Order: sequence, then C-alpha cells, then structure tokens
Amino acid sequence: MLTRAAMALLLGATLVLAGGNELRFCLRADPKTFNPLLAEDEPSAAIVYLTGGVLIRLNRYTHELQGELATTWKVSENGRRIDFNLRRGVRFSDGTPFTCQDVAYTMRRLMDPALHSPAADSFRSGPGEEETKCTSPSSATVRFPAPVAALAAQFDQVAILSASSPKKESAVLGPFELGEYKPGAYVLLRRNPNYWKRDANGRPLPYLDSIRLEIQDNGDLELLRFRRGELDLINKLDPDKYDQLSSQMPHAVLDSGPSLDWEVIFFNQVQNAPLPDYKRRWFESTDFRRGISEAIRRQDIVRIVYHGHAHAAAGPVSVANHFWLNPALKPGSGSDTAALGLLERAGFHRAGSALLDSGGHKVEFSIITNAGNQQHERMLALIQQDLARLGIQLDIVVLDFPSLIERISRSFNYEAVLMAFTNVDLDPSSQMNIWMSSAANHQWNPNEKSPATAWEAEIDKWMQAQNASQDPRKRKADFDRVQQIASDQAPFIFLVNPDALSAVGPNVKNAAPAVLFPQAYWNAERLQVNGNLVSRR
Amino acid sequence: MNLQRRIAWTVLLAAVAASLAAGWLTHHSYAEQSRDFISAPPSSQFWLGTDELGRDRFARLLYGTRVSLLLAPAAAVLSTLIAALIGGAAGYLGGRWERAVTSGIDLFLSLPWLFLLLAVRALLPLDTSPLTSVAITFALLGCLGWAAPARIIRAGTRTLINSDYLVQAAASGIPRWRMFWRHLLPNLRPILLAQFWISVPLFILSEANLGLLGLGVSEPLPSWGALLRELENYSAVFQNPWMLAPVVLLVVVVSCLQLLLRTEERVPC
Repeated sequence: MLTRAAMALLLGATLVLAGGNELRFCLRADPKTFNPLLAEDEPSAAIVYLTGGVLIRLNRYTHELQGELATTWKVSENGRRIDFNLRRGVRFSDGTPFTCQDVAYTMRRLMDPALHSPAADSFRSGPGEEETKCTSPSSATVRFPAPVAALAAQFDQVAILSASSPKKESAVLGPFELGEYKPGAYVLLRRNPNYWKRDANGRPLPYLDSIRLEIQDNGDLELLRFRRGELDLINKLDPDKYDQLSSQMPHAVLDSGPSLDWEVIFFNQVQNAPLPDYKRRWFESTDFRRGISEAIRRQDIVRIVYHGHAHAAAGPVSVANHFWLNPALKPGSGSDTAALGLLERAGFHRAGSALLDSGGHKVEFSIITNAGNQQHERMLALIQQDLARLGIQLDIVVLDFPSLIERISRSFNYEAVLMAFTNVDLDPSSQMNIWMSSAANHQWNPNEKSPATAWEAEIDKWMQAQNASQDPRKRKADFDRVQQIASDQAPFIFLVNPDALSAVGPNVKNAAPAVLFPQAYWNAERLQVNGNLVSRR
Repeated sequence: MNLQRRIAWTVLLAAVAASLAAGWLTHHSYAEQSRDFISAPPSSQFWLGTDELGRDRFARLLYGTRVSLLLAPAAAVLSTLIAALIGGAAGYLGGRWERAVTSGIDLFLSLPWLFLLLAVRALLPLDTSPLTSVAITFALLGCLGWAAPARIIRAGTRTLINSDYLVQAAASGIPRWRMFWRHLLPNLRPILLAQFWISVPLFILSEANLGLLGLGVSEPLPSWGALLRELENYSAVFQNPWMLAPVVLLVVVVSCLQLLLRTEERVPC
C-alpha cells in the first residue's frame, strides 16, 4: 500500500495535466517584431497569422479567397481600386469596435514609406499615393495609383490595426491575442474573447484556449519532445526526421506533397564581381549553365537526399501550383551526352579526364552553401560526382549563414551558390522581386540599372505585363513565357521542390496540413486538443 | 616499456599503418558513390556497408583516420611548441613578464574562439582544396590551443626555477643558457609530453565538433568529424550498428593516447 502511494506521488511529480485545451509547438527563433506590418521572419509571421484579422484570407487548403472582415469585395479600374463591405458588430480583442476608420488607418500605416513594411511592396506598382475612403462605417474603398496584380489576394498579408485603441498593435482581430512573451523561452497566445467567428453549430471560435509557442532552434530536441507528447505538432520536418518519426509514429506524420519552395543553384553574373575574366565568360554563357543543369541527376537527389519526399523541378513554379505551372517545361535529363553537347557548343572540350575551356583553363569552380543543412551538403556531394563525370571539378564550401549572405548580397565574392527559396504565394506577382532585373533579389545580378541581357529585358517585359493585367488567362500566358525564358537561359538551375512534411500528434483534432505557410496550423481556430496526461520531466 | 604501453603503441601504430595502407586494404575510393547501394549493410563488397550517398564506409574510415591521426598530432606539436615558448619564457623570466603573460593567457582563454574558426573559414579563398582547407583548420586549432598548456608549463617552470638544485646551480655561477639547456629543459620534458598527449585527442574532438557544425573537412574528403556527423540520425544507428565504427575507433585511439599519457607520467626523469 505504501509502495503504491509512493509510486502515485512519484507519478504525480512527473506527470501533469496538459494545460486544458492548449496547443503546443515550436518556433525556430524569437519573433523579431510583434508589429504585424513589419513581420518578415517566419516566427513573427506565425504570430501575425494567429493573431491578426484580415479583410480577405487565402484558404491554405483550397487556395481560394474567403471573406473575413470583409463580407464582399469588388476589384475595378483594372486593378487600381477595391471596394470592401465590412463585417458589422466586430470588436478588437480589447473591445474597441472595428470600423472603416481602422482600414484607412492600417492602409495609411502600411504605405508609409518611413515604416518600410515588407507587406507594402506588393501594393507599390507605380508612383503616387494610395487613398482609402470610408463611404460608411462598414464600407471602404482603397484606390492605388497604378494597377496591382492579384489585388484582392494581397490583403491576405495585411492585418488590420485599431485606429482608436490605446493598446495599439496589441488590440487584434484574429482568433488569438498575445498573452505572454518570455524571450528565448516561449510566446503564449490566449483566445481572443471578442473573436467574431463561429462554427456551423454557432459555437464561438477558436476552440483552443491558448497556444504555447516554444522557442526551440534544435530540431532534434523538438522531435524528442514531440515523441514524448510535450508538443502537439511540428510544422516543418526535414526528410530524415520525417522517416525517423514515421517508423515510430506512422499516423502522426504527413507528407502534403510538393511545396512551393525551390532548391536552386545560380552562378555569379554580377558585372563588377571579383572573378577572373574567363570564369565570368563561363557563367555568362547560356550553354554552360544549361550544360551544368543537364548534367545534374535530379531523380537521384529526390531518391537519395529527400528519400522520395521531393519533386524534380523544371522551373520557378512548383507542380503544386496547378494553375501557374507551365507544363511544357521538363527538368534536366541528367544525361552526360546532352550536357557535354551543350558544353562543347560553348567552346569547352575534354582533355583526358578534365574539361577545358577554349583558352585551355581547367573547368573548376566553387559552390557555397549554408552550414548545418545536411540536405544541401548531400545534394552538393551528388552534384560534385555528376559534374566530375564531365571532367568538372566542383569545390564545396560550407559557410555560416551571415558569411554566405554577405558574399551573395554585398561583396559578390562567390562563384556559385546553392540556396533554398521559400515561396509563400501562389501568384507570380510575389516573384516580381526576383525576376525584375532592377530588383534587389534578382540574385544572379541584383539591382541592374538596365537589363544586362536581351533575355532579362524580355523577362522584365512579360513580368510587367502579367502584373498589370487583371485577366487571369493573359497573365498565365505572360508568365508561361517568363518560365520558358527562365528555363532556356537557366539563370537559376532549379533542382527540386521539397515536399511539405509535418507531424501532428494524436491529441490534435481537425488538423489538415497544407503546402502553404503555416502548413500544419493554418486552421488554428478550428483545432482542438484533448486534455491528457503527458510527461513533463 | 610495460605491457600497457606496448599495447597502446601497437594499436596506435596499427591504426596509422592501416590508414596509410588504405589503397591496398580497399579498392573503393572514399569519394566513389554507388547510388544503387545507399545505406547498404556490411557485405563482402562493402565491409562496413555504405553511407547515405552509397560510399564505402570502410574506405572512408581508413582515409578519415589518415586525415585525423596525422593532422591532430601535427596540431598538437604546434600548440605545445607555442605553449612551451610562451609559458616557459614567462616562468623563466618571472616578475612583470610573468604577470603580463598570465593575464594574456586568461584573456585568450576567455575569448570565443569558435567564432574565429568560423570567420577564418569564411575568409579562406573559395577555391581552397579540401586538403588545404583541412590542413589550415588543424593549423588554426594548433595556433589556438596553446593557452591552457602554456599556463601549466609556466607553473612548472616557476616551480623548477625555485627548486633547491637550480637555486644552487645559479649560486654556483652556471651561465643562464646552460642552466636552461642542461637543467630546466630536461625536467620540463614530462610536462611538455603530457601536454602533447592531452592535445592530440582534444584536436581530434575539436575537428569532430567543427564537423558536427558542418564546418569541418569539405566534401568529399572524410575525417572522423565528418564520419561522426552521421550519428546525428540516432534512430538509424540502432538499426545499423556498424555506423558506430568511427566512434569505436575514436574511443580506442583516445584511450590509447590516455594510456600513453598515464604511463609517460610514471616514467622517471
């Protein structure tokens, strides 16, 4: 009897009741800001998604736009103007009523050049100022100086602020509000008592009482805690951890299919980069870039590096993005003969086991990638052997992330890079900052004063054309041309689109992970967690 | 030479010999990828199986041993020499020199040298070959690893300087160089050797730690650090226990070095 009592006490010390209806998962870093208009990093974006109320929401599962704080909307004047009918009787988390003045205030703050809001870039399509008019407390008209592509969808990124609340950004319209933040430890979000939405049975949403976001940058610890039941979900898993978990908790893991993200290689084509002239000529040669692309065996990358949880990429649109995908594009064949054919056309030739250019220089270049990413290192080891078959020596250099960013964005002291690009939007307008030759993220040659090549000028033309049009079919045709040029010229060598892998614990109800951010908790307001005993040692 | 020393030397020499004879012991290259045999179990073709890229683990272990076992002692020699120069001079000269050096050592030990290693790696020319890169990494480890041994050597020198026989030697008018060369240096030998033997496993493990951060030896060159990275996937280790071969070898080698160190300490001067 005494033994049983002692055991009960011991169990009592190590097992506690999981905090009611609380969802727990990890953020990889502290959020850099709680201002919804300044959120750029993923942790901040996660908090904005969970706390911010938006006029229009892109359903992450169906990819359709849904009215939230706007019951209806209408885009007119060729994408310059949008009229909203606003939901009535909605209150911010502090009880302040939501009106058209809040929309006007938010737009004014958003478009303030001094704020440098990353969300505002999508709305800046031409010189001039935006204007928001309130025709009544529940209707707003926003007019832009130039047409904005996919105008309605851009409002998915704009969390409405209160114009009159003394709590400023802390007054929110989303399903949760900020409860507590301990830097380096956790962010606690509490249920917004004034949230307007109800389920089909009239029950107020969200179902959860709170969400506890643990700050944890170590993926192994995250996995361990998930296994022990201390966490309810893992939003993004890498293929190794996915396989580890699937062997132990097969019902917890989910592969939602190819994500919108890219893994790409690009060569340095910056005019004043510190490169020898002969290497600059290689990197500026379309046939050289295409030859390298052709030699890479993407199916091996998918099979060996991603254990099948990725898809070979042919261009800038993932196969997950059905509407915008250009089906005419095919990934590189991985054929040595085809690759050598292209390289010979560019003036390269084999001499023994080495490949030489027309000036007799041995073809050898370095490729940099960020430390700590095993997928990148394995991919490069495979590519190193793929290129070695052609007589090309590839030097792999792993750098810490700040050094890598410094090289590709400031000193331009690099030859080639392997990088991952995270894409959060289905619409190609979100890629304007990559494809326009004047853009800062035009990675292979950023901030060009005028297009350096004829094909870049052509990409600029078609990107502007699709951005200015409101006709989806014309935009599709225009962006198909961009994809075709990108494939023909290979400024980016697209490797794979990794799958969106996540894990959801057995206690979580209504989870339906999607490929778009935030994958596993996009429907957080409808998630439920059963109260259960979990170990908290 | 006692039995323990003999066993330790035999094992270490066998490891070095096997790594140098890698070309004869296996016909596989450490870089060759057999993509149809990824993560294969041990077989007559692949004695320790293959890694996740289909490379022969046995070949990589032999070549990795060559890298780690040859470069770590070289780095240990470098750090011990620097420590002997700085620590020995501080102890020998005494006074304000000793105080200045001691403060310098304390300052040096308090600095976050991992960031220097990262910075140097980032500043190296990108076309540095994997072999040069690993040699620079070990040289850097050697250059950074002198501070702790220098403190011990300084203390040892100070004790010797104040010992009765050296005081007597000084009083009898022996020139300073002769006192240093004839009396001080031979008596510092056990301390220097101990610091050398301690440093070897330390540098092997430091390189392994850099490897775990992804900043060790570049692909495709193997090292123990690079091989140990595979163990991050610990669930695979349970299913494929042969993945532990580099750990076993590391433990054996470090144990042998410790054994040599202990027996060295017992050897009378």
